[in-house]
Amino acid sequence: MVGAGVAGLAAIGTSTSLGAITLAFDVRPEVAEQVESMGAEFVYLDFEEEQADGAASGGYASVSSPEFRDAQLAKFLELAPEVDIVITPALIPNREAPELWTAEMVAAMKPGSVIVDLAAEKGGNCKLTVMDEKIVTDNGVTIIGYTDFPSRMAAQSSMLYATNIRHMMTDLTPEKDGQVNHNMEDDVIRGATVTHGGEITFPPPPPKVQAIAAKPKEVVPELTAEEKRAAEVAAFKAQTKNQVTLLAVGGALLLAVGLVAPASFMQHFIVFVLSVFIGFQVIWGVAHSLHTPLMAVTNAISSIIILGALMQIGSGSFLVIVLAALSVFMAGINIFGGFLVTRRMLAMFQKS
Amino acid sequence: MEYGFTTAAYVVSAVLFILSLCGLSGQESAKRAVWYGIAGMALAVFATLVGPGSGLWLLSILLIAGGGVIGYQLATRVQMTQMPELVAAMHSLVGLAAVFVGLIAHIELGRVMAMDAEQKQALEGFAKLLAKKDGVEVSILRVELFLGIFIGAVTFTGSVVAYGKLAGKLTSSATKLPGGHMLNAGAAALSLITLIWYFNTGGVLPLFLMVLAALFIGYHLIMGIGGADMPVVVSMLNSYSGWAAAAIGFSLGNDLLIVVGALVGSSGAILSYIMCKAMNRSVISVILGGFGGTTGPQMEVEGEQIASDADGVATALEEADSVIIIPGYGMAVAHAQQNVAELTRRLRAKGKNWRFAIHPVAGRLPGHMNVLLAEAKVPYDIGLEMDEINEDFPDTDVAIVIGSNDIVNPAAQEDPNSSIAGMPVLECWKAKQVFVSKRGQGTGYSGIENPLFFKEKTRMFYGDAKASLDQLLKMIQ
Repeated sequence: MVGAGVAGLAAIGTSTSLGAITLAFDVRPEVAEQVESMGAEFVYLDFEEEQADGAASGGYASVSSPEFRDAQLAKFLELAPEVDIVITPALIPNREAPELWTAEMVAAMKPGSVIVDLAAEKGGNCKLTVMDEKIVTDNGVTIIGYTDFPSRMAAQSSMLYATNIRHMMTDLTPEKDGQVNHNMEDDVIRGATVTHGGEITFPPPPPKVQAIAAKPKEVVPELTAEEKRAAEVAAFKAQTKNQVTLLAVGGALLLAVGLVAPASFMQHFIVFVLSVFIGFQVIWGVAHSLHTPLMAVTNAISSIIILGALMQIGSGSFLVIVLAALSVFMAGINIFGGFLVTRRMLAMFQKS
Repeated sequence: MEYGFTTAAYVVSAVLFILSLCGLSGQESAKRAVWYGIAGMALAVFATLVGPGSGLWLLSILLIAGGGVIGYQLATRVQMTQMPELVAAMHSLVGLAAVFVGLIAHIELGRVMAMDAEQKQALEGFAKLLAKKDGVEVSILRVELFLGIFIGAVTFTGSVVAYGKLAGKLTSSATKLPGGHMLNAGAAALSLITLIWYFNTGGVLPLFLMVLAALFIGYHLIMGIGGADMPVVVSMLNSYSGWAAAAIGFSLGNDLLIVVGALVGSSGAILSYIMCKAMNRSVISVILGGFGGTTGPQMEVEGEQIASDADGVATALEEADSVIIIPGYGMAVAHAQQNVAELTRRLRAKGKNWRFAIHPVAGRLPGHMNVLLAEAKVPYDIGLEMDEINEDFPDTDVAIVIGSNDIVNPAAQEDPNSSIAGMPVLECWKAKQVFVSKRGQGTGYSGIENPLFFKEKTRMFYGDAKASLDQLLKMIQ
């Protein structure tokens, strides 16, 4: 389906409901959504340009740039051998029908394929089309160039026309009381009005069609295997450099401390450094959602300071005993409070 | 019972503590991990009582039991929304205990130093340990206990202020005394001078001055930090309390204290780092308080805030297939988590894809929102972290923001001049429709406008979060 205007969309609906795999193209990318809603697949071009001007001209396509045309024709040529039926309804007001389906494409099609050129009266979207006739090309492709489709299916045409008129009437009489409410804000009524209230209102302003911006396709440059490897190696090197620097600085600091500090201090210091290291390793693994329980539990275990108070409580003066007793008491609150509240919190975490 | 047994017990409890922290990597293993922690603590206390904790053990046990009763009361009565306050209050206890233990060490040191050799022989317990130290060791001991007291004192007042702010007893905005950071720097300099003084003389006066300076630093430092930075503050204080314990461990020559102190200290440090990263701010800028200066005028916000009523929200929810809720501090303040959970249950029963997006700094404590939702029995597997859920917003029908503001501010990504530019945010504006439950038209903590509220697909649902959800619950069965 080349061109997804009113006729195009109707044809898409019919062909998909007949079970056909339908591809549709239009120069206005904003109709992609409409096309997809009818069950067809929209053919995107690999082309970058502002294309959204179609919406401003009332649902009709305007003339496109030569580059765009080239991209479009190349795409069609690629699709030609695959499709069985091509329907081209592309008409631009006050112009000859654009050539969308070249002789080259017709030649590339399978024998038995059919082209329905609805633009035949303005020269046809395919230049091989003969107006008002059905021809068969040398390679067995049928091209239908009838312009009298409405009379060929008179009953359906009349029904369609009547339905349109009935909807027009519904629009004109919103109160359903037979009184015409000539609403000049309504796109349809305004467009159909030539004179109103003693004034000539022709031509109407272009209708407001809501344009839906086409998603710009993001092109993520695919990294080659070599580039990937290079990036990995670079990352690895940076990491190694980082770690080695850290280790060197840390080691140097440790040695510096070791030079001045007595052995008894270094014993404890080793324990300290190792614990910090373990702490860093372990805490990174804690789940984000468990950060509050983590704080509560670390809070509880930081009251290990109670050990210090317990060691001191027995020795020395009255003042020492009071201070130590207070410490023990506070740490006691902390131990029980911290662990209990953690347990309470964790018990609440439930899987669905 | 000799010291050998005590040391062995310490090794076991250290391992238990490490396992306890390891276990927090998953919700299920965490439940077991607490018991490791409790066992470790019980073992450590027991081993100390029978070993080096000489004499007065009856008094000790009574005190622990007494503290235990209070702790139990606190732990069972506290509301989950008050967790940040509780944690802050508990940190202050650890800090104060560290100060006391450090002071005792100082007193004992003075007493032992004054004795002659014969008397030293007769000493027991802690004093005996001190008596064995030679000149250099005593000097080191002084530095250690000085540091322990210093960090403990900072932790104490800092936590008290943090508690006051979190409990709403103090203003949560950043307030500073005239002089600002110069005061802090001055107090720090004073502490350094007293350290040298104390190192050389071992007198009480420098120690006393230092305690005053440290108490002031703790108070002033935390007063200068605003409400939304509280997650960082609390985890920072957590870290301090650990370092204090470690420093005390050095001065007492107790390896278990050092191990646990270091574990807690590094844990708090990592948490602070994670929180800062989630706000795209450096630790320094948080400590310095307030938001840094902007580089240019902020983007003008155009449009208007369109209000919606419960009807509109209910209809949108009924029609939506996928919903993402973004809870924030406002939900905690309004105690709305139960209503949120009830709504969740009803709509999940209708087969809707209903999830929660949880920003790392939502609330006033790391992981605050997770705990609140867990309390309301929201299953934890539908609470997703920022990185996991951000890419799902474009496919989502309705995003509901409940009481959060800065963490959903698109200005962070769109406006390079915004003061929160570059902060990772939840991209809820990519959803097809956004509802914002909010008390009024005010700005968030950072004081900047949120363009999200002015977006075309955003509807404001004004009112107290709990009352709003009550209305919704009446309409959605």
